[in-house]
Amino acid sequence: MEKMPHWADIVLIPLISLFLAAILSALVILAIGENPWAAFKLMVDGALMRSSGWGYTLYYATNFMFTGLAVAVAFHARMFNIGGEGQAMLGGLGVAYVCLFIPWPHWSLALIGASLGAAMFGALWALIPAYLQAKRGSHIVITTIMFNFIAAAVLNYFLVNVLRPPRSMDPATKTFPDATHLPSFRDMFSTAETIMFRGAPANVTFFIALAACVLVWFLIWRTKLGYEIRAFGHSESGAKYAGISPVRITVISMLISGALAGLMSVNTTMGESERLVLNSTEGAGFIGIAVALMGRSHPFGVFLAAILFGFLYQGGAELALWTNIPRELIVVIQALVILFTGALDNMVRMPLEKLFLALRKKGDA
Amino acid sequence: MTLMKKLLGAAAAVAVTAGTAFAEPALIFDLGGKFDKSFNEAAFNGATRWAGEFGKSFLEIELQSEAQREQALRRFAEAGANPVITTGFAFATPVEAVAPDYPDTKFVNIDGWMPEVPPNVQLINFQEHQGSYLVGMLAAMASKTGTVGFIGGMDIPLIRHFGCGYAQGAKAVNPDIKIVANMTGTTPAAWNDPVKGSELTKAQIAQGADVVYAAAGGTGVGVLQTAADEGILSIGVDSNQNHLHSGKVLTSMLKRVDVAVYNAMKDGENLDTGGFTTLGLAEDGVGWALDEHNESLISAEMKRDVNKARDAIIAGDLEVTAYYTNDSCPVHEF
Repeated sequence: MEKMPHWADIVLIPLISLFLAAILSALVILAIGENPWAAFKLMVDGALMRSSGWGYTLYYATNFMFTGLAVAVAFHARMFNIGGEGQAMLGGLGVAYVCLFIPWPHWSLALIGASLGAAMFGALWALIPAYLQAKRGSHIVITTIMFNFIAAAVLNYFLVNVLRPPRSMDPATKTFPDATHLPSFRDMFSTAETIMFRGAPANVTFFIALAACVLVWFLIWRTKLGYEIRAFGHSESGAKYAGISPVRITVISMLISGALAGLMSVNTTMGESERLVLNSTEGAGFIGIAVALMGRSHPFGVFLAAILFGFLYQGGAELALWTNIPRELIVVIQALVILFTGALDNMVRMPLEKLFLALRKKGDA
Repeated sequence: MTLMKKLLGAAAAVAVTAGTAFAEPALIFDLGGKFDKSFNEAAFNGATRWAGEFGKSFLEIELQSEAQREQALRRFAEAGANPVITTGFAFATPVEAVAPDYPDTKFVNIDGWMPEVPPNVQLINFQEHQGSYLVGMLAAMASKTGTVGFIGGMDIPLIRHFGCGYAQGAKAVNPDIKIVANMTGTTPAAWNDPVKGSELTKAQIAQGADVVYAAAGGTGVGVLQTAADEGILSIGVDSNQNHLHSGKVLTSMLKRVDVAVYNAMKDGENLDTGGFTTLGLAEDGVGWALDEHNESLISAEMKRDVNKARDAIIAGDLEVTAYYTNDSCPVHEF
C-alpha cells in the first residue's frame, strides 16, 4: 500500500519544498537589509511579465531540459551521471566543428548537422565512463565527474591552440557563418507592429528540447529498450535473470544520456553566442541533476523543473541588474531552492507521509 | 538614513522597471567580479570617484553568466544609461553585436579588440608594455640574485604583452639577467587563483628569483602575500598595490583603468566614439607607483634611471617592442 496518494508525491512535496526555500531566501534578503517582497516582485516582473524576460527564462530552461533529461535517463538505469557538464562541453566542440567547417546552405540543415555533432560528441564522452562501469566496475559517479575536468582541459586546448582566431584575446572560436543562424523567438513570433522577445536568446532549439522530452517519455515507457532500462534500474540481478545484458544497458543508457547533455550546446553555442566560448555550459550540467531530482526523473517533471530554474536564473539576473543584492547572495537563493527541492526531499516527505497515514487511520476508524 | 536609502533604492528600481529613461552611466564588470583588488576594482574606483565628485550615481552589475553579457548591455541601454562601460576583452564581441541596435547609446570597452569599431563604441587600450618596461628596469636594479620572476594570469597575448615589456626593461638594465616566467592557467579561472599564485611564487624563489611581477588580477594577491612572507620583493599590477604589504612591494605597474572609467563617465553623452583610444605613458594611462609604502625601496638612482627611460619612451627615442607586433617577444620566449 502506498503511504500517500500519488498527487501528494509529485505536487505537494515540491511545492512545500519550494515554499520553505522561499521563506529562507526571504530571511536572507531581509538580513542584508533589502525588501524580500520587492525582490520577489522584481524577479517575477523581469522573468515572466515581459516577453523578453520569457525569452531568457525559456533559453535557460532549454539548457536545463536537456541536462535534466540526460540525468533522468541515467537515473532510470540507476546510474548517476554527474558528467553532464563535460558531455555538454564536448558537445559544444562538436557544434563548433560542424558549424565552422561545413558550408551549410540553410539553417535547418545546419541545425540537424549540429545536433548530430553535439549528440555524437556528448555520447562519445559518456561512452568511456560507461565502458569502465560496465566492464571494469569503475564507479560511474567517480569517472563521470573526473571526465568533467578532462573535458574542460580538452576544450581549453582546442580553444586556445586550435580554434581561436589570430589577434583575439578571448579563448573562443570565431563567429559562425550567417547561414547557421538559428531563428530566435524574436524572428519567429514578432509581427510587423510588435516586436516580441526583443534581444532574448531563446531560439528554435527550445522546440527540440520539447521534442526530446516527448521522445524520452516514449523511450522509457513505450519501448522494449526503455522497459529493459527500467528493469535494470530496479534490479540488476532480476534483469540479468530475464536475459537483459547489464553491459548493453549500461552503455546504451549512458550513450543516450551523454547525447542529451551534448545537445544542450546547440542552444548555447549555436543559438545564443553563435561561437564556442570557454564556459558555454556554465554549470547547467550540474543544475540538470537538481532538475531531474525535482522532476522525479519524469520528462514532464523535468520540463516543469527546468522552467522553474530558468525563472530563477533570469530572475536572479534582474536582481543583479536593478538592486544592490550582491551576486553571491543570488547564488545563495538559487542554491537554497536546489537544496530543498533536490537534496532535502526526505525532510518534507517523512512528516507528510506520517500525516497522510494518520489521516487515513482516522478515516478508517 | 538606511531606511531612506532603501526607500530611494526601491523607488529607483521601480522607476527603472517602469522604463523611465535617465542618463546615468552604467558599468558592467566581467565575470571576475568587482573586488579583485586589481583590474575590475580599478574600474569601480574610477566610477566611485566620479560619483563622489559630481554627486551622481551609476548603475552596475557583476555578471554571473555568459548569456548576461548581451542582456546587461541591452537592458542598461534600454533603461537610458549612457555611456555603458564594460571591462575586459570578453565584452568585445557582445558590444560589437549590440551597439548597432542602440545608435543613441555610447558603449565603452576596456582591453577589447574589434576588426571594425562601430560608430558609437569607444575601445580603450593601454600601452602595458611601456609601464611593464619601467617596472622591469626597477626589478633588475633591485635584484641581488640576477634573477627576476614574472607571473601572468591567463595565458593570452595581452599578458604576454605585459611580460614582454617587463623582460625588455630588465634586460636593458642587466643584459645577463635571468627571467623566470610562468602563467597561472589558460582559462579565466586563472584571474582569481591566489593559491596557485602563491605556489608559483615559491617555485620561482626556488629558481633564484628575488623580485616577482604579478600580472594576474586576483591571483596576484597570493603572489604578493607569498613574496612578503618569504622576504623577497614583488610588483603589483593595475591598481596601486604598494599598500598591501608596506615596504615589501617594490612598486606597482599602474594601468589607469580608473582614469579611463572616470573620463568616460565625465564625458558622458559627449564621449568620442568610433575608434580606439590608446593610453600610454604620455597620457598617464600607465606608469609606476611611488608612495610612502615603497619610497625606502627606491633609491634616487633607480628613480632617475626609470624617469629617464620614461621620458625617452614618451619622446619616441626608446622603442619598447609590443608583443602584438609579430606575436612574439624579442628577448624572452613565453
